[in-house]
Amino acid sequence: MARELQLMKGNEAIARAMIASGTDGYFGYPITPQSEVMETLMAEKPWETTGMTVLQAESEVASINMVYGGAATGKKVATSSSSPGISLMQEGLTYLAGAEIPCLIVNVMRGGPGLGTIQPSQSDYFQSTKGGGHGDYQLYTLAPASVQEMYDFVFDAWDIAFKYRNPVLILSDGAIGQCMEKLYTRDNMPRWTEEERRKNAPWGTWGKPANRNHNIITSLELDSARQEVFNLKLQKKYDEMKEKEVRYEMLNCEDAEYIIVAYGSSSRIAMKAMQMAREKGIKVGLFRLITLFPFPTKQLAEVAAHVKGILCVEMSAGQMIEDVKLATKCGVKTEHFGRFGGIIPTPGEVLEALENKIIK
Amino acid sequence: MNQDIEARKQELLKEGYEEVYTRTKVLTDAVMHYCPGCGHGTTHRLVAEVIDEIGIQDQVVGVSPVGCSVLAYNYFDVDFQEAAHGRAPAVATAVKRLNPDTFVFTYQGDGDLAAIGTAETIHAANRGENITMIFVNNGIYGMTGGQMAPTTLVGMKSATTPYGRRVDLNGFPLRMTELLATLPGTYYVTRQSVQNPAAVRKAKAAIRKAFENQKLKKGLSFVEILSNCNSGWKMTPVQANKWMEDNMMPNYPIGDIKVDGKIAEGIDVNRLVLDHPLTVQQ
Amino acid sequence: MTEEIIIAGFGGQGVLSMGKILAYSGVMQDKEVSWMPSYGPEMRGGTANVSVIISDERISSPIINQFDTAIILNQQSLDKFEASVKPGGLLIFDPNGITHEPTRKDINIYKIAATAKAQELGISKVFNMVVLGGFLKLKPIVDKQYIHEGLEHSLPQRHWNLIPQNEEAIEIGKGLIEAVQVL
Repeated sequence: MARELQLMKGNEAIARAMIASGTDGYFGYPITPQSEVMETLMAEKPWETTGMTVLQAESEVASINMVYGGAATGKKVATSSSSPGISLMQEGLTYLAGAEIPCLIVNVMRGGPGLGTIQPSQSDYFQSTKGGGHGDYQLYTLAPASVQEMYDFVFDAWDIAFKYRNPVLILSDGAIGQCMEKLYTRDNMPRWTEEERRKNAPWGTWGKPANRNHNIITSLELDSARQEVFNLKLQKKYDEMKEKEVRYEMLNCEDAEYIIVAYGSSSRIAMKAMQMAREKGIKVGLFRLITLFPFPTKQLAEVAAHVKGILCVEMSAGQMIEDVKLATKCGVKTEHFGRFGGIIPTPGEVLEALENKIIK
Repeated sequence: MNQDIEARKQELLKEGYEEVYTRTKVLTDAVMHYCPGCGHGTTHRLVAEVIDEIGIQDQVVGVSPVGCSVLAYNYFDVDFQEAAHGRAPAVATAVKRLNPDTFVFTYQGDGDLAAIGTAETIHAANRGENITMIFVNNGIYGMTGGQMAPTTLVGMKSATTPYGRRVDLNGFPLRMTELLATLPGTYYVTRQSVQNPAAVRKAKAAIRKAFENQKLKKGLSFVEILSNCNSGWKMTPVQANKWMEDNMMPNYPIGDIKVDGKIAEGIDVNRLVLDHPLTVQQ
Repeated sequence: MTEEIIIAGFGGQGVLSMGKILAYSGVMQDKEVSWMPSYGPEMRGGTANVSVIISDERISSPIINQFDTAIILNQQSLDKFEASVKPGGLLIFDPNGITHEPTRKDINIYKIAATAKAQELGISKVFNMVVLGGFLKLKPIVDKQYIHEGLEHSLPQRHWNLIPQNEEAIEIGKGLIEAVQVL
């Protein structure tokens, strides 16, 4: 595979990865700080190269339902937005989960509530991992912490989405979206051929051949007994993800007396804070979440068993900390440190919080 | 097809009977849940017959709404998607754009298409999406128990307008079909009904045209079907059809509004836009 | 080596592109880099700034609030970032429009009259490269040949004919920068 080195914004990396991973369609609506995704796609004109369809919809509501329609034909269809737009998409997301349609959603988070700020935030953790819409469902949620991961996770997302027939969410934020970093890009993968589509998505609705029954994409089941069976099937799928698809990164956790748990851009800041702490002789490790759902419960619990305290760093009022405490069964001192409203904590602040809230 | 029915049919044919009428193969064996006398059953059948006659059963993707026809996917033997409330035109947009060789149709009621889904309807039409939209207008929310729809007539009673719709309180009945005809993205816009054989024949011809237009790739084709809702209107089917002719049709006149991208002959655009609704007695 | 830089000025002064060219040159020299802009409405006609990090090691946080070098192109940015330079660090400013000069004594302060010089030479479009040249004179963290490659990657191909002019501007900047003594 030819790897080309470039300098690129996270948002642009998402768009280029969509093209390179053989994505069939993108439907979106402009919102800061992620508009570069659609702008890049429109400038690249992938319909002339890979044959990818790109359309600016009239709203996020329309975008997510276009994802529903396109993805339900067994094609790779994606959208991206930022927090207020993702809120509008929640109805569509629960329908996608309920109809078991593989697709990709990217949330480049900004601060809220309401219209909030356009600056980076991580306050959509609950919305992403606890079911933002109605009903019992989960999105497989990946949290990139670099431009390279913004790019690579798009490829990973398609594998997971079709393996489990489930929507995949890439949960990023304005800092990673707007930041430029070194990136190794890949050659364009061709989009699926008609045969591949039919093989990979035999459930898809593309026109019923005479030799098969009509395919129906729906999340409706009026018989409660059957709806319960379906819910149990979904839960089994989520359990399988918890078993097989957990991702995380551990830095300096082996000898750590304290660990910081963080994801996305917070984990980058935490990494610097960890380095500063180590320079002062404090043995600090970093446990970085890569999948938020499924949460690395077992792995975190193992590490937590050997440390004196955990600092959760998140650009929110403290959402992820709930899963951390559940994972460790509150067995170790655990505190939250965060800034919100678009303010990014500094490494110094994180270190100070570690010293004051955990070590002291 | 149900084997008992098929066996009985073979017997009758042997006895010298001649087959003059049969169910189209594009409908499934499922028993429809619609109220007797409702227009949905007939409209489903017309759509299915058209798909059969054009010979596109293997190329059709339907999109059903939320409302009385939410289960339409069970009745058509074609690939189908069930959309969230009001979003069928957005869903259909992507189906068609990603699968340009398919024939895509939406099937929606007045609440779905003209209230909660107004934005999706107008923008799909305005983009000139190369799809067919079937819009069944009965002036009421049937499924949820007879509440006011955007198309409920002035004076018409419903569960949420128990003393009749008032303009000062509820605004005007929305003529979505006329509104869409004014957009350059629509290629064919018509209003039909299915209350008698003559109307059924015309409606079928309109639906056929709306499907065949997809081959031309010139824009959106939109067919409104006026229907009664005898349950919601609290009438017998016969009364309901009569009431529809006397009250719905003067407000929602039957016929082509836009054909081949042009306003149809005899249609006064100013009247389309400016006519005030008539008040009905119920 | 890790160099943490803030470049700040008005929108339209080429702040972001200066950062991008520097970062891209770092990429070409096989350094780790990050480029983190301020974004949103404040960019439209207001102030613009970008943090650039160039390092031999994996970069932890691309978001920083203490800088080895601050390159300052207007008064607001000077007011905002003078205090954020690490002790012993470097502050470069263009005196154009500056009414209150920097006062810190624990950092190294240089000025570069790039606006005036670029106007005089009729090369206002590459004014930001004059400033970059001044910085590279003091901190040659990226080699000349990689600056050329960085320019190639940062500019669209239709503007490659302007690369020599950009490189000349960098050279002009190297001769223009001068130390300031804070009394």
